[in-house]
Amino acid sequence: MSVFKNFFATRWGIIGVGIMIGIFAPLLQKWGNPGNMGICVACFERDIAGTLGLHRAAVVQYMRPEIIGFALGSLIAAYLFKEFRPRVGSAPIVRFILGIFAMVGALVFLGCPWRALLRLAGGDWNAILGLLGLITGIWIGTLFLRGGYNLGRTQHTHTSVGWIFPLAMLGFLIMMFIDPQVQGQVRSNVLFYSVKGPGSMHAPLIISLAVGLGVGFLAQRSRFCTMGAFRDLILFRQAHLFMGLIGLVTAAFITNLILRQFHPGFVGQPVAHTMHVWNFAGMALAGLAFALAGGCPGRQIFLAGEGDGDAAVFVSGMIVGAGFAHNFGLASSPAGVGPNGILAVMVGFAVCLFIGFTMRKTG
Amino acid sequence: MGSIVDARGLSCPQPVLMTLNEIKNVNRGEIVIMVDTDTSMENVSRAAKTQGWQVTDTQPDGDGYRITIRKD
Repeated sequence: MSVFKNFFATRWGIIGVGIMIGIFAPLLQKWGNPGNMGICVACFERDIAGTLGLHRAAVVQYMRPEIIGFALGSLIAAYLFKEFRPRVGSAPIVRFILGIFAMVGALVFLGCPWRALLRLAGGDWNAILGLLGLITGIWIGTLFLRGGYNLGRTQHTHTSVGWIFPLAMLGFLIMMFIDPQVQGQVRSNVLFYSVKGPGSMHAPLIISLAVGLGVGFLAQRSRFCTMGAFRDLILFRQAHLFMGLIGLVTAAFITNLILRQFHPGFVGQPVAHTMHVWNFAGMALAGLAFALAGGCPGRQIFLAGEGDGDAAVFVSGMIVGAGFAHNFGLASSPAGVGPNGILAVMVGFAVCLFIGFTMRKTG
Repeated sequence: MGSIVDARGLSCPQPVLMTLNEIKNVNRGEIVIMVDTDTSMENVSRAAKTQGWQVTDTQPDGDGYRITIRKD
């Protein structure tokens, strides 16, 4: 067991996990998920917000089993390897707000860092602007980290506190089984579903859940983090996590070529727009928020699965942020940024800079 | 007796930042770093090695680990 435990902390361990994600994400697209969206943590949390009725954007409503699998897979791995550590108390309200603005930034770009990489691997060159923005946002975050920014220490807490988030996800999964989509209808008894648009496009539930569980398990073991990949490179000149990211993009590119899903260009890309400045700025905001919160959206779910209640609050912030983004016209669409998206990015930067400048707790 | 870095309860990347700062301060000798997650233990050990320090001991300590690093 210890050999298995140590392997994923090695360079080949993290590369292997990146390759696994890079193969299965395009496959999920082949099996039904939207274009260049085999896995998108932000988009899928947005769809979950939709199926719960936190927003009523009809085209993005689905209880994505991949997200549920991420949390439960991480929980299983954490218990199996005795790493489940229930902890809370590191400025949860700040993490909630960071989650909101991370989602706003991601929905202005139309994707999280995971999807930015998958969009690149699918030939969507708009992703280059998003990734440049992401790196810029993370770089700003590293300046705060160098200056002593920190949200304070967590406290050990009741085991059941660490269970709350995975249990909520399990509850969502049960709701999917007892309240499934009725063909052609926008609502079952409780959950909202999409009958057209990205929310209506999904791989079979069991396959999505199985891939989610696998990714959650392996990502918990390897500490896979797309934000950390750039942050560690900038902050410490350490390429460990970055190698996982290279593995993901390379494997996704090759898998897309094999599946004939590689379509290079800027225009007409799936669930994407060509407003370069706002692709850049949206992801810069998301990158800054992820850096200040200590993990990309996927990593936050994996942390929540292993008992980190603060990460669970961040994820909750992202789901609520998706509600705001679609209720108040902040989210982009293939036509371009939403009517209030630009203002929201500016407000988001102001809030993140306030958090970065004022929270320098030490010791 | 070397210095002690208490990074318990702090999330990524704080434990590594604190360790690297201490490495800069003392230059050589022994440093004990206290962390409370396996991730921090791995990250601190990896960062110390890249700075040319040796991880001489890693002991379970309460809910976490006590990592001893050394450079002569």
